[in-house]
Amino acid sequence: MPKLILYIFRDILRNKIVIALSIFLFAVSFVLFNLEENSSKAMLSILNMALIITPLISMIFAAIHYYNSYEFIELMLAQPISRKKILSSEFFALGLALSVALLAGLGLPLIIYQSGIDGIWLLTTTIPLAWSCIAIAFAITVNIRDKAKGIGTVLLLWFYLSLIYDGLILFTMFSLSDYPLEKITLGLIALNPIDLARVSIMLKMDVSALMGYTGALYKHFFGSVYGFAFTFGILLLWIIVPLFIAHHSFQKKDI
Amino acid sequence: MKWSSNPKYSLPYILFFCTLFKTSAFAGRIDVYPLNKNLEIKEAIAKAINGDSIFIHSGLYRENNILITKSIHLIGVGNPVIDGEHNNVTITISGRNITLSGITIQNSGHSAMNDIAGIRCIDASDIHIIQNKVLNCHFGIHVSNSEDILIQNNEVVGTPGAEQNTGNGIHLWKCNRAKIFSNYITGHRDGIYFEFVTHSIIQDNKSYTNIRYGLHFMFSHNDQYLCNEFRENGAGVAVMYSKNVTMEENLFYKNWGASAYGILLKDITDSKIEKNHFFENTVGIHFEGTSRLKILRNEFISNGWAMKVQASCSENHFNNNNFLANSFDVATNGSLVLNTFTNNYWDKYEGYDLNKDGIGDIPYYPVSLYSIIVEQFPGTMILLRSILINFLDKAEKAIPSLTPENLKDFQPRINKNTL
Amino acid sequence: MIKIAELSKSFGKLNALKNISMELLGGQLTALIGPNGSGKTTLIKSILSLVKPTSGRIEIQGKNIGNDDNYRTSIGYMPQIGRFPDHIKVYQIFDLLKNIRKIPDHMLDEDLYLEFNINSFRDKAMGTLSGGMRQKVNAAIAFLFNPRILILDEPTSGLDPISSEILKNKISTENKKGKLVILSSHILSDIDEITTHVAYMQEGNLIFNGSFEDLQLKSNEIKLGKAIAYLMRSQQSNITQ
Repeated sequence: MPKLILYIFRDILRNKIVIALSIFLFAVSFVLFNLEENSSKAMLSILNMALIITPLISMIFAAIHYYNSYEFIELMLAQPISRKKILSSEFFALGLALSVALLAGLGLPLIIYQSGIDGIWLLTTTIPLAWSCIAIAFAITVNIRDKAKGIGTVLLLWFYLSLIYDGLILFTMFSLSDYPLEKITLGLIALNPIDLARVSIMLKMDVSALMGYTGALYKHFFGSVYGFAFTFGILLLWIIVPLFIAHHSFQKKDI
Repeated sequence: MKWSSNPKYSLPYILFFCTLFKTSAFAGRIDVYPLNKNLEIKEAIAKAINGDSIFIHSGLYRENNILITKSIHLIGVGNPVIDGEHNNVTITISGRNITLSGITIQNSGHSAMNDIAGIRCIDASDIHIIQNKVLNCHFGIHVSNSEDILIQNNEVVGTPGAEQNTGNGIHLWKCNRAKIFSNYITGHRDGIYFEFVTHSIIQDNKSYTNIRYGLHFMFSHNDQYLCNEFRENGAGVAVMYSKNVTMEENLFYKNWGASAYGILLKDITDSKIEKNHFFENTVGIHFEGTSRLKILRNEFISNGWAMKVQASCSENHFNNNNFLANSFDVATNGSLVLNTFTNNYWDKYEGYDLNKDGIGDIPYYPVSLYSIIVEQFPGTMILLRSILINFLDKAEKAIPSLTPENLKDFQPRINKNTL
Repeated sequence: MIKIAELSKSFGKLNALKNISMELLGGQLTALIGPNGSGKTTLIKSILSLVKPTSGRIEIQGKNIGNDDNYRTSIGYMPQIGRFPDHIKVYQIFDLLKNIRKIPDHMLDEDLYLEFNINSFRDKAMGTLSGGMRQKVNAAIAFLFNPRILILDEPTSGLDPISSEILKNKISTENKKGKLVILSSHILSDIDEITTHVAYMQEGNLIFNGSFEDLQLKSNEIKLGKAIAYLMRSQQSNITQ
């Protein structure tokens, strides 16, 4: 399996989309750092960009990669090797390749411009988010045979998780503002990996503002190690659970 | 603890020691050592006449209720410790021309009813309280109805308890011409407390991790606050019901909480806030009922809200400040705006400068739609930095509908103001 | 070698395989024949566990294939379209598969690798190969591990006549060594000489399964193509009756 991961990983690294992603992230980060005289603002812009780009590219690319590898997967499945190993190899290879792309595209400028803790934080958040998005994309594509339909569904899901979901939360809060919604809101946030990554970044960048919120639960949540443990714990679940679903479907699937 | 010397006031300080030296040359000198007997200091005071110096040598003195009414100087040699053994006020000063220096005073009594302190001054004038340590006392240094008080280089460390059971670090009530210089205060209810104190200066103090306010003052006019550091206090700094106040070059850092502010300003008029640094506070400055204030050349970095300006404020001028990496720049609770903003640098400004004069060609609206939403629905804070929120804010900037149309910086700067 | 019992497979409403039972033995070269959509590929994929049957059993060398993956060590498979990741090089594919199969080098069958002269383009990326070159790689892989069972789906399509001939000879040689070969092909004239058995499928049913000689006798035809045409005709007359 390590060899299989290695070869798929190398194949993906040479892929045009991945190279373009790296170059794009690198160029934008570089320009932002150069353009903004104060690096904290550049950092904020990069964070915002990373939160949009990472899930989008991870999900779409994972879906495209899955469909393009279909014949290869079929061929490999004719070999004495389990389906679990094949799908895991594809997953890990993708995860590693996108991690490398993010490290090169975001990590390098962050090192060059010495962003310190904030830079490390950005990477420790976006990389698990990328893995989670790959797992989610797999859980969908494994269940949809048609390539266009599969990619379309993944794209829709990205749009939903990035934008519509937050709109629904906002709407809920407007309409139920008389009720204590703290726990429900935290629960809703936990149900969306992109929101979770965003909250984890907020815990670093906006803790001063978050401490202004009066609710005891939020305060406990944001003001302690508990918040970090919670966001990363759930983010980890957001990798494991979709991957489990993908494996489960893939196991029973007709290739 | 490193004391920063303050060049502006070092001259009077030297002069003070000269006079001390002169008087002691003429006046008597009494030395006190910690013997088996318990009442050395009180006895020495009883023996002393005006102008005498009492040198208290190192060791532990278990005494309390020490009363000084004569014009004498108590000078610690080798850091003597006076332990009040949790009984009443440790030292009371009531007279004129009295010095207390180099002494550690610890364990005063505690009382929820009376203002019990390590050092207490009542009806006094020309008092110097210098380089003492006041540890684990209810109030640290409590001054009332006094004039010309110098409190300098003291270390006042309380034991934080419940807010109502803990006294203030340096507490002044009804005083005139007080100088509070280079003290370090921590663990009290309010670090420095002023009520009815006029023509006074608070400078180079460090007030950290006090339960309520780092600095709390009310009804205190014509005072100056310079170069102090207020850090991680329960509620930051509160300045209320006062006029002609000058606040310059102070640092406000990490004052976090639902009602914590770098500075809370309430009913302040004709005052100046200049060159201060606000860093990582929940709210940099909260303005309520303020008028005719000048807020100039301050720097707001990484605060939750750089400023909250209530609609009850008028004729305040916000010029040449820098706003960087704050979650929100300005929030307000109404649509009426009677204040002016000019020449500030806002890092969120996205305008252009075609004529290259360093001033943006379109105005900047520092109040975002989202800040208004958060004001009404605090729970929506969880959506900070969401793409949706970015979209909403962008849309609102393009077609303002809910944000106050008049709250804008007509001449936002393209580059940071040099402070 | 392969025993299929009452195998059915449906995809939703479509019944791709209808209650198929057959036995395939070593030394047979079974031509799996049928029109498009007759269920040939589904049958092959079922044998490889790529498709999970709705009901029925498949035993290979006496063992139910169930959830065991190891039985596929005895199968060499050449798919109709074998696509590899674009940026993997030819030698890396071989390297990868050797790594999976874990068979010592001296037991490898490198005949096709040598005859197709794959060494000459071993450093090329798979994405840059022509269709024919890819088929050569696929064929070489199927035979490389000396499997007892060879499943070849349209093996000669896309190959030039010379390579096609090389492959046919190789198939025949291996078959004569006692290996079971299952071969599906449209171009029936191609496999005339080497076929020993014929399995004819139509609409998910196994219409005929027996030796080529039996079929020749039954249909009174020598050529495989004509014999198959006979089967199709008799099938049609069955329906009209």
